[in-house]
Amino acid sequence: MTLSLFLTQALNGVQFGVMLFLMAAGLTLVFGIMNLVNLAHGSLYMMGAYFLAALVPVTGNFFVAAVLAVAASLALGIVVELIALRTLYRRDHLDQVLCTFGLILFFNEIVRMIWGATALFVQPPPILSGFVQLLPGVIYPVYRLTIMGVGLAVAIFLYWLNGHTRLGMLIRAGASNRAMVGALGVNITLLYTLVFGLGAALAGLAGVMAGPILSVQSGMGDSILILTFVVIVIGGIGSIRGALVASILVGVVDTVGRVFLPLVLGAVFSPATSSKVGPAIASMSIYILMAAILFFRPQGLFPAHR
Amino acid sequence: MAEPLLAVESLVKRFGGLVATDHLSLAVEPAELHAVIGPNGAGKTTLIAEIIGELGVDEGRIRFDGHDITHRPTPVRSALGLARSFQVTSLFPDMSALDNVALAVQAHSGHSFRFWRDARADASLRDPAHDVLAQVGLGPRADVLAGNLAHGEQRQLEIAMALATKPKLLLLDEPMAGMGTEESAQLVTLLKSLKRRFTILLIEHDMDAVFQLADRITVLVYGRAIATGTPDAIRANADVRQAYLGEEEE
Amino acid sequence: MLTNRRFVAVASFLVLLALVPLLARFVGGEAFWIKFATRVMIYAIAAVSLDLILGFGGMVSFGHAAFLGVGAYAVGILSAEGIANGFVQWPVAILASALIAAAIGAISLMTRGVYFIMITLAFSQMLYFLGVSLTAYGGDDGMRLANRSRFPGLIDLSGDVTFFYVVLAILIGALVAGHRLVNSRFGMVIQGCRSNERRMRAIGFPTFRYKLAAFVISGVMCGIAGALLANLTAFVSPSEMHWTRSGEIMVMVIMGGMGSLFGPVLGAAGLLVLEEILSSHTQHWQAILGPILVLLVLFAKRGLFGLIDGKSAEKPAGLTGHG
Repeated sequence: MTLSLFLTQALNGVQFGVMLFLMAAGLTLVFGIMNLVNLAHGSLYMMGAYFLAALVPVTGNFFVAAVLAVAASLALGIVVELIALRTLYRRDHLDQVLCTFGLILFFNEIVRMIWGATALFVQPPPILSGFVQLLPGVIYPVYRLTIMGVGLAVAIFLYWLNGHTRLGMLIRAGASNRAMVGALGVNITLLYTLVFGLGAALAGLAGVMAGPILSVQSGMGDSILILTFVVIVIGGIGSIRGALVASILVGVVDTVGRVFLPLVLGAVFSPATSSKVGPAIASMSIYILMAAILFFRPQGLFPAHR
Repeated sequence: MAEPLLAVESLVKRFGGLVATDHLSLAVEPAELHAVIGPNGAGKTTLIAEIIGELGVDEGRIRFDGHDITHRPTPVRSALGLARSFQVTSLFPDMSALDNVALAVQAHSGHSFRFWRDARADASLRDPAHDVLAQVGLGPRADVLAGNLAHGEQRQLEIAMALATKPKLLLLDEPMAGMGTEESAQLVTLLKSLKRRFTILLIEHDMDAVFQLADRITVLVYGRAIATGTPDAIRANADVRQAYLGEEEE
Repeated sequence: MLTNRRFVAVASFLVLLALVPLLARFVGGEAFWIKFATRVMIYAIAAVSLDLILGFGGMVSFGHAAFLGVGAYAVGILSAEGIANGFVQWPVAILASALIAAAIGAISLMTRGVYFIMITLAFSQMLYFLGVSLTAYGGDDGMRLANRSRFPGLIDLSGDVTFFYVVLAILIGALVAGHRLVNSRFGMVIQGCRSNERRMRAIGFPTFRYKLAAFVISGVMCGIAGALLANLTAFVSPSEMHWTRSGEIMVMVIMGGMGSLFGPVLGAAGLLVLEEILSSHTQHWQAILGPILVLLVLFAKRGLFGLIDGKSAEKPAGLTGHG
């Protein structure tokens, strides 16, 4: 085990955490403000990736395709909100879970119908496809660094939006007191649609950025959705700050755990045992982390005040 | 003199900068009907939550029937004989009135890890529940779903559920809230019939009712008890007139 | 409480079910129908178990498939280690699901509402990944069992018809036990917690331990369904624990009618038949099933079992549940 390997893996963890943050920020906003449990958030991520894969050959330019794909995710999110989810805000969580579960089945199948069952691959743009040397002996893909940069930019954007704009003020007020925002004469229906669209665009952006590093396939949104839930539970529902901290935490623990836990176990137990047990424990590590955090802080690390 | 049934000693509760309960002391003697009044925001509901254990306190002690219950969870306090009714009606709306009361009876007849016998055919639960319903005047309404009862009836059911736990102390949190004149009058009659049979701590906005019913009254302002005494003494108390009764016309 | 019409409906459904092996002989495709009906009954047991905590206890567990997997893997792993004796396998399956339900329940029930949904989902997904990483026991692909559980001196399960009737007996047992349970003192406490947990605590119930007990009972019942499932197909794989399976079990409960014990049985039959029909017409049947679910939730919450009475159950408006 070398330091450079460790650094590379830690960076991979941060990069994964950034993707989770983009997902969690949208989901936690939608939950905090509209009180909606949206399982279909992962589908929006998947659709973002598929839009990119479809648009790159058409436009011939990765960046144009990426911008269009995020816009398409935003539009799709708004359409889904208008058609199906709007009626769910006043229903209980069980109805929301079932309904959005139905949406997942629909989206997972629809991409198979349109783009086929085999996975699609997207090449990163040439300008981002090289490696850079960060430290002597530590080289890292430019594309992954770009993801981190974009994630950081989004985090700053959300911070600004939340703290320094009228929309952010309404979002914060809406999370703590729905009736009051309505009393202020704000068009709450429009506010909800906007927030949902923002969440959808962030999920689409995460999908777009995942396109070149993962295979684009049906169901790709499901596993990240559940990790996003873990992030939100750890961070505290409705808290963007909690989402950021927990995303990075989960990303790093998951990535680093998968690589190093088997090695650590190998040092303690026999190779046969560790090769059997290692992957099992590594795959469980973030859930154990979640259980431990919940045990001490049932409301998560940064519970939003309501 | 014997120890009071409930003794609240120098209780303090802060919410951030706001002191909701400010070195509040209060004693409820056995068999008395003790009323707590105070303007909105005086901390009456906070006090109930502290006594029943839904809200922790920062300083002070609560003693009940010889036990220090300051840090005991709500169900334990209930088992010791504290029962409350809720200001905002809090029932099991999808169960019948009788089921509501029977559950309260069941809560105080041993553990409920009994998986086989039909609880709705269990006379040891149903009979006392019928009795209590009759006491509060809901006998004929036993089979109506609680959620379908009229508002006044729901308030009566609230009290029935508290009674069914055979409490030593009954905490009534604004039982008259939202009631019309006639319903209020009925409830006053009911409370009069319960007086002496139960020790009652009554929190109420309706001044007529309070001065009719109470043996002693404690006046709460900004989380402090500014006076305690008989209705006549409270009426005559200058501090109370200034702090509270003067601004009664809300 | 069962109304007369409901009682007739339940009885005739069960009689009809019991006749499946005979009827199948006339229709043809005997082996298929018997296996299909057995699968329906096994999922019905799982759905009834979820309904105990979801419909009666108000606990929205989105990870129930985990217990299906625990029961199945208990049988599968013992079988792979050469222990085919059902007198060992089945108690181990029950014990394992009880322990895991107790652990998951103890942590999840400290929270409520949407946290509970997400945490149960996350834990079931953890077990799914655990199953995937068990390469010694088939990993992602799952593993084949040499044979069904052996009950020497009691019964031989290797015949599909025998197995069918054993599962039917267990289903009826589960329904009877469930019926007693929800109407017992314990059942009243669980329903009180669904209706208004704060009030339950105020009248003196330490609610956590009752909810945990219900969670464990439900987990065990679902674990038994898992053990049966492993026996039915002689195959165990992580896909039984996948979160979409949890979703399906939940859909069965809702489709059939939540909060009625027999509803989930109808729901299991309804969903599996629907899947069977849709998938025989198009490989993209999930694109049709998804919107059906959405419409079902939005417009037909009372479920199939509710239709039997014709009239809507007496329920006060706007006062149910709190997430």
